Amino acid sequence: MSQSFEEISAQLKKRHRRSARMKWMTMGALILSAAFLVVFISDMVVRGWPAFQQAQIQVEVSYDEQSQKLPLAAVDEDVRPLISRGFFRPLPRKMENNPALMGTTQTQWVIADSRVDQYLKGNEDRLRPADKETLQALVEEGRAELKFNTTFFTTGDSKMPELAGIASAAIGTVMTMLVTMAVCFPIGVMTAVYLEEFAPDNKLTQLIEININNLAAVPSILFGLLGLAIYISFFGVPRSSPLVGGLTLALMTLPVIIISTRAALRSVPDSIRHAAFGVGCSRWQVVRDHVLPVSLPGILTGSIIGLAQAMGETAPLIIVGMVAFIPDASISITNASTVMPAQIFTWASEPNSAFAEKTAGGILVLLAVLIFLNALAVWLRNKFERRW
Amino acid sequence: MNDTTLQNFQPQQDQSLASGDTVRGQYSDATPDKGQPVTRNESVEENLSVRVRDLSLWYGEHQALDDISIDVFANTVTALIGPSGCGKSTFLRCLNRMNDLISSVRIKGLVEMDGRDVNARGMDEVALRRRVGMVFQKPNPFPKSIFENVAYAPRMHDMVSRKADQDELVERALRDAGLWNEVKDKLHEPGTSLSGGQQQRLCIARAIAVRPDVILMDEPTSALDPISTATIEDLMDKLKQDFTIVTVTHNMQQAARVADYTAFFHLGEMIEYNATKQMFANPHTKKAEDYITGRYG
Repeated sequence: MSQSFEEISAQLKKRHRRSARMKWMTMGALILSAAFLVVFISDMVVRGWPAFQQAQIQVEVSYDEQSQKLPLAAVDEDVRPLISRGFFRPLPRKMENNPALMGTTQTQWVIADSRVDQYLKGNEDRLRPADKETLQALVEEGRAELKFNTTFFTTGDSKMPELAGIASAAIGTVMTMLVTMAVCFPIGVMTAVYLEEFAPDNKLTQLIEININNLAAVPSILFGLLGLAIYISFFGVPRSSPLVGGLTLALMTLPVIIISTRAALRSVPDSIRHAAFGVGCSRWQVVRDHVLPVSLPGILTGSIIGLAQAMGETAPLIIVGMVAFIPDASISITNASTVMPAQIFTWASEPNSAFAEKTAGGILVLLAVLIFLNALAVWLRNKFERRW
Repeated sequence: MNDTTLQNFQPQQDQSLASGDTVRGQYSDATPDKGQPVTRNESVEENLSVRVRDLSLWYGEHQALDDISIDVFANTVTALIGPSGCGKSTFLRCLNRMNDLISSVRIKGLVEMDGRDVNARGMDEVALRRRVGMVFQKPNPFPKSIFENVAYAPRMHDMVSRKADQDELVERALRDAGLWNEVKDKLHEPGTSLSGGQQQRLCIARAIAVRPDVILMDEPTSALDPISTATIEDLMDKLKQDFTIVTVTHNMQQAARVADYTAFFHLGEMIEYNATKQMFANPHTKKAEDYITGRYG
């Protein structure tokens, strides 16, 4: 005799309860990780936002013979301590290059000292009482305020926090990534194409496969040691340069690109290959005309994610000398340079609060670039995706 | 049967009928019903398309084909029937060396086309596939436009130099495949946007675009509905004027409808090869008879 609906329902109740519990647990896991992300990002934004603002003071700058000899004399004595030393230093040269300035007095906004900046942001109070009074007066007159910090996006590192910026590190990152991509994209894709489309399935290729998979899991600092030993010590590539950094990161990114490209190639249905072989394509024609176009979105996505990973990498760069105080931006790949995560690392080890906010600001810029790269990966995937 | 062991690579003679007519005379005219005997004479040689002798094939240790010998005649449809796993698809793939793609495959024996051994060292499998086209079980158009699907192979083989030639060739192939009227206004839409039956005809158009001698079809209608199947069967009947067709089918009615010759495979052996009429009316072997009458398979 079969069971009635009532009997079946009674048994089912337990099973439904279990699946409801499971649903809540999985959802809980999602909420928890989303909460972590929200806390992390909002903390970064709160800490990093001030880095995008910089105190500036409107002063009268007199360009004359005296200030050419002694730049500090260019402004009034009482506001002098409020202004960044970085403003005074280049004054004589400025006058030399621009003789028309001589003998004039200009009212201009100049960068304030970092103590003023931190005081106005309410972080630190390291100003002398007299200077504080002067500043108060300037603020009331509207001649001292927080403005958008263009310096942060146009200069390199500096020992003066008000002059320190992310630009040279960003340029270094671009140069390093160009080297990385130029080396590991062609080599990685070709290796994957060989392994997936041409290589016979034998012990040797299996061994290579296992090794590539293992390489992807090797701690990145070991690649730094390898880079030091091979590129710098053996081939004499200039240390601290984007060239050596890029080559080192290429070693690290190569397995990621090979693995993701192989996965993309493997996802192309064999029916397409058979169709191509069936009309008399050579192996290379099969790959070039049929397999690669279909797998391109996957290959690009994998490569961009590999690149993004390399971009956030610091450890191997410590070994090849890219984590250092490098103030100049250079678009040459052989000059000393640093990269964004290395710059963040350098700032994080500075003690005062002005650099702490730079650290968070740098992280925000790096995150923005990474989000941009990932969005690009998604966009490329959608653009080139084809159905079959 | 003695004669199967002697000459089972040729369709077996029907003893009751007189010999003498040629294959071409018989099978390309409008009265194929008169099951004339097929004899091995000069004119048969002339019309021979593919000659297979003592072909054995192993997947690793497993022997999938055992001493197959068949003559495939030009401008006929030859059907390969048999239960699943009997080796008929494997045999079909030997004719254009698609088995080369499987590394564990080992082949012994002769597959001869145009007087050349296709497995010989000097034979380029790309050249072979240029002359032996293939249509697969599941329609597999390239993920490209309808036009590109057809134009790709001729362009690759340098058969067309001018744009106009290419257009003409694509139109001709699509017309031959009976698809032109349905797709002429949407040549640049993806091939995969067509229905299953249309996709399969597109695959046929793709195969005939390079004007091969032989077209292999591996269960071309098994993924299609009855109406599309009927269309493809009609098409096969038409195409044999220009091409030699070897088809694998699970459907015995289909073999009876479209094939001039039928070969019955069982467990890697070819049990019987005969004119289709003969095969279905009066099979020479017990196994073939049992299979055809539905006792197994």
